[in-house]
Amino acid sequence: MPAAILVAWQLLGHYGAVSSRTLPTPLKVAEAGIQLARTGELLRYIWSSTQRALLGFLIGGGIGFALGLLNGLSHSANRLLDSTIQMVRNVPHLALIPLVILWFGIGETAKVFLVVLGVFFPIYLNTLHGIRSIDPGLLEMARVYKIRGAALYRHVVLPGALASILVGVRYALGLMWLTLIVSETISANSGIGYMAMNAREFMRLDIVVLAILLYAALGKLSDLAAKALEERLLQWNPNYAVDRKGGGRRGRRAEAGGIRSEAADPAGGKVVRG
Amino acid sequence: MPAGQFVAIVGRSGCGKSTLLRLIAGLDAPSSGSVSLDGEPVAGIGDRTRMLFQDARLLPWKSALDNVRVASGGTDRAQAQRALEQVGLGDRADEWPGVLSGGQRQRVALARALGGQPGLLLLDEPLGALDALTRIEMQQLIERLWREQGFTAVLVTHDVSEAVALADRVILIEEGRIGLDLDIRLDRPREHDSSFAHYERTILDRILERDAEADRRREQVYTI
Repeated sequence: MPAAILVAWQLLGHYGAVSSRTLPTPLKVAEAGIQLARTGELLRYIWSSTQRALLGFLIGGGIGFALGLLNGLSHSANRLLDSTIQMVRNVPHLALIPLVILWFGIGETAKVFLVVLGVFFPIYLNTLHGIRSIDPGLLEMARVYKIRGAALYRHVVLPGALASILVGVRYALGLMWLTLIVSETISANSGIGYMAMNAREFMRLDIVVLAILLYAALGKLSDLAAKALEERLLQWNPNYAVDRKGGGRRGRRAEAGGIRSEAADPAGGKVVRG
Repeated sequence: MPAGQFVAIVGRSGCGKSTLLRLIAGLDAPSSGSVSLDGEPVAGIGDRTRMLFQDARLLPWKSALDNVRVASGGTDRAQAQRALEQVGLGDRADEWPGVLSGGQRQRVALARALGGQPGLLLLDEPLGALDALTRIEMQQLIERLWREQGFTAVLVTHDVSEAVALADRVILIEEGRIGLDLDIRLDRPREHDSSFAHYERTILDRILERDAEADRRREQVYTI
């Protein structure tokens, strides 16, 4: 499908149906890409964007995970912190841009900070939700078998919450790129966003389109990584089981049907969006 | 209740039989009175107490073998493998619980309970959700392992026939009190013969009679 769109796009541009001032043809975009790659600029831009994205993701995701864990396990911590976090969550983090610029200027810190804010909430919410929705029967079983402390987290709590946490990770990865694009467009001296804004000044439409395509590719790449992680970590779950022969994701509920649905989706099938 | 005995607790739903089991297990604390185990009052879950629930409660993210291992504090693979072989699942050790049948899952749970050499095994209607044939198989398995290992067993069930088939002693609970305490003097393995039917009917009649008393409009006569 993407290939067909590319061909159609090329043909339309080539025969002048779409003016090159509106949209340059894919070949032109590729040429611009090769040109930028030769000078090493392209790689440098991609690298500095990726660095910001990952740094922000690690910090924001780490805090979100830690707070989700804390509030999921401790009732009093939850009462103390959760409503505040939910209130802050309702403020669109991109609305804080003016404030962030005043605080941190237009340097690296501001961009990383925005990414941190963007990824924090989906990871926090899904970690919390994942821990809350662990089957109480399993926790009781753990009590009978004296599985406690670190072993309880390692064997019961974390794996039980994992499906939900990974949904949070996937959603956060999307938000990570979105936030980065916006913050790089506002002010930067390197990165893909900078490349696009710079190209706009010189009316280099091919480079602008190249930047957009790069974001799409990076987004797709991180989504694939998250999906691979899901399939690897959740292979026990019939809902995520990969049917090797068919190549698709097919539940094996029919086979798994037996006593109740203890193997069914531990995340309760709910997705919490940030 | 002497050590090594197999006791079955029967009664209508909501009569308090599961509560009794949870009290013995130490999962709940009694509001009055006390439960003693080996002369000591039960406080928390006993070291040698194991419980089998109605649903197998296996960790779905661990293989059958690891489910057995994790419960006994990470015992070595060979020991867990032996426990699985005891219940006839030696060849399914690496399967996820999600692909096992209900009966197989319950057998893994049994292997997990027996892995730590329990002194007291509490069974909370563990066969309630299984089909009739799997049930009979599981009953025979539980009986065999109980005879081999000599632990004390307390089985809560709503199936009178199951209670008579397995237990040395059947206790009927009515509205939170013991309504009947019956020793079953039958040879093992038990056949469904006339004396078996006699025990079964004695208990059933007692349960149903209470029902008739409560509902006087329905006049029925039960004969043995």
